[in-house]
Amino acid sequence: MSGFVMFISQIFNGLKIGSVYALVALGYTMVYGIIRLLNFAHGDFIMIGAYTLMLSIPALAAMGMPAWTAVIPATLVCALVGVLVERLAYKPVREKGNSMTALITAIAMSLLLENGSQAIFGADYKTVPTIVSIPTLTIGQLKIDGATIVSIVLGVVMMVAMQLYVKRTKQGKAMRAVSEDKEASLLMGINVNGTITLTFAIGSGLAAIAALMYCVSYPQVSPTMGMMLGLKAFVAAVLGGIGSIPGAMVGGLAIGLIESLTKAYIGTITGGVITSAFSDAIVFAILIIVLLVRPSGLMGEPETEKV
Amino acid sequence: MKKSALSMKQSYIVCAVGIAVLFGLLMAICESGAANTYIKGILMTCCIAVIMTTSLNLTVGVLGQLTLGCCGFEMIGAYSAALLSKLIVAKGIAMDPTARFLLTIFVGAVIACIFGILVGIPALRLHGDYLAIITLGFGEIIRVVLQNIPAAGGVGLDKGQAGQALIGIDRIANLYVVFWITVVTVVLLFMFARSRYGRAVKAIRDDEIAASASGLNVTYLKVLVFAISAFFAGLAGGIYAQYMGSLTPAYAGWLQSTNYVIMVVFGGMGSLTGSILSAIVLTILPEALRAFSDYRMLAYSVVLVVFMIFRPQGIFGSWEFSLPKLINRIVYRNGRGGAAKAAIAAEGAGTAGTTAAAKSAEPAGKEA
Repeated sequence: MSGFVMFISQIFNGLKIGSVYALVALGYTMVYGIIRLLNFAHGDFIMIGAYTLMLSIPALAAMGMPAWTAVIPATLVCALVGVLVERLAYKPVREKGNSMTALITAIAMSLLLENGSQAIFGADYKTVPTIVSIPTLTIGQLKIDGATIVSIVLGVVMMVAMQLYVKRTKQGKAMRAVSEDKEASLLMGINVNGTITLTFAIGSGLAAIAALMYCVSYPQVSPTMGMMLGLKAFVAAVLGGIGSIPGAMVGGLAIGLIESLTKAYIGTITGGVITSAFSDAIVFAILIIVLLVRPSGLMGEPETEKV
Repeated sequence: MKKSALSMKQSYIVCAVGIAVLFGLLMAICESGAANTYIKGILMTCCIAVIMTTSLNLTVGVLGQLTLGCCGFEMIGAYSAALLSKLIVAKGIAMDPTARFLLTIFVGAVIACIFGILVGIPALRLHGDYLAIITLGFGEIIRVVLQNIPAAGGVGLDKGQAGQALIGIDRIANLYVVFWITVVTVVLLFMFARSRYGRAVKAIRDDEIAASASGLNVTYLKVLVFAISAFFAGLAGGIYAQYMGSLTPAYAGWLQSTNYVIMVVFGGMGSLTGSILSAIVLTILPEALRAFSDYRMLAYSVVLVVFMIFRPQGIFGSWEFSLPKLINRIVYRNGRGGAAKAAIAAEGAGTAGTTAAAKSAEPAGKEA
């Protein structure tokens, strides 16, 4: 394989994992936008989605349904878990505490979901059955496998759909209003709590779709699978500008590309000083640089603090 | 201030006696043979947890900034101390083990402190969620870097191998020495928290803009607190390394750090005595509940959420346990008057928000 073809295939690799990051980042961004809370548990919603996929694919196959329909129960379960987490933990804390207690609650929920599923399913990796089988696309020397095509297409479709939903529908308008000013939206007759719950349901549902995309490429699940994925998606959300939907997409794809390209080339570029084992550190270093240079991210709006 | 209460000098003596009694108790347990290696190990872990939790509480509770990277600093201190100790042995420098222990943990702490300043200066421009995330990021970077340094793996130094646990560290940590280090740490942190600086830091916690408008150098104070926290985290790391005898980079990750954050939150954000209590309880409890270790973290997380809903300020809140106050209360029956009232006034002024109030509370604090 020539160097150029190698480069292009790395780009596609990056876009594949980048679309997963983008979709997860979208969930982070929507929740952060509306209640200013870093939902640490969001990565774990992916894990829950993946476990639901693992359990529901055989059940659906027995009923003669194609495997991809498992995304429907997965989305429902994730949305339900998201709403429960919001109603049982985040809402009471939000009403009484400050932003630090809310953040600690989010970390606690993340630990709860991880350890809960560890208690139920065990700590080891489990295999997810094959979800889609799309033949590899060959263009000259370049080979793009089915998983990549599914991920990228699904990612783009979901992003466009979410953007249209938030910009064009009534609920989307309500979401934007609540994220701008809760009290004013209340006065305008918007059901603020209902809108927040809806946002959680949609954000968590997106995590289930991200789980599907992830499992198409890496068909295994474990209780801690969502942790690193969630962190990187979070980095993507911050990079793109937290609170901004196009930002989440740009950030997700950028982090995916950076990760795959650094893994492939950093060793050669730096003469072996920094190896591909550093790729996680590089992602976090980018986060830190972005936060320091432009805390509002690439596409976010800068916030000014009022007294 | 009523005459019947303990004077300042007497209060100090009471505290010193209290610590001496505690040390006597520790010696009695260890020397009588009631404590085997296992119990001594738990006591050692308690001391390390107390140092970590109280120093973290300075950032989380007193400064009011959530950081998730304390174990990163702990591991910087741990690795520095371990490698320095190995270097001294390898060079054949004759040194008393206790002196070597003290030297290495001090150097480890200083290196951690330097990293704390380097990280703190840029990171503390951010606050709230972003600071939590950026410190988490630093912790993860430290973990990945430690994983990839050849000198920090295997047997270490020039024979080291990247990606392995650092093994063969001299286990020269002595429980009595560590106890006194813990005492000194806690005393220093107390002195800091109650000093002029401490009150300024509390003013920043309560209202950063007001504090800055009142002429406090917010950035300097934040970095100072961050550096102090990092210093003691490094100290704890050095002790940990020379107690365990081996180190893994995974310990620098953010999950370990959340463990200490949980301790701080349980004890009460801003209460150093609360931190001491919760560090000890939460270290002993898992050992006592070994049979249920699979469900330990599950129970922790549920309790944490319940705490956040019903008592977000932790067990102690910002209240400090104080031996002299207790004695005043029992002996002179004026716990609610005199010293306690002054302390409440100081506390009230602290939470009232303005730096001016905090500054005017200075005489009140001195009285207490």
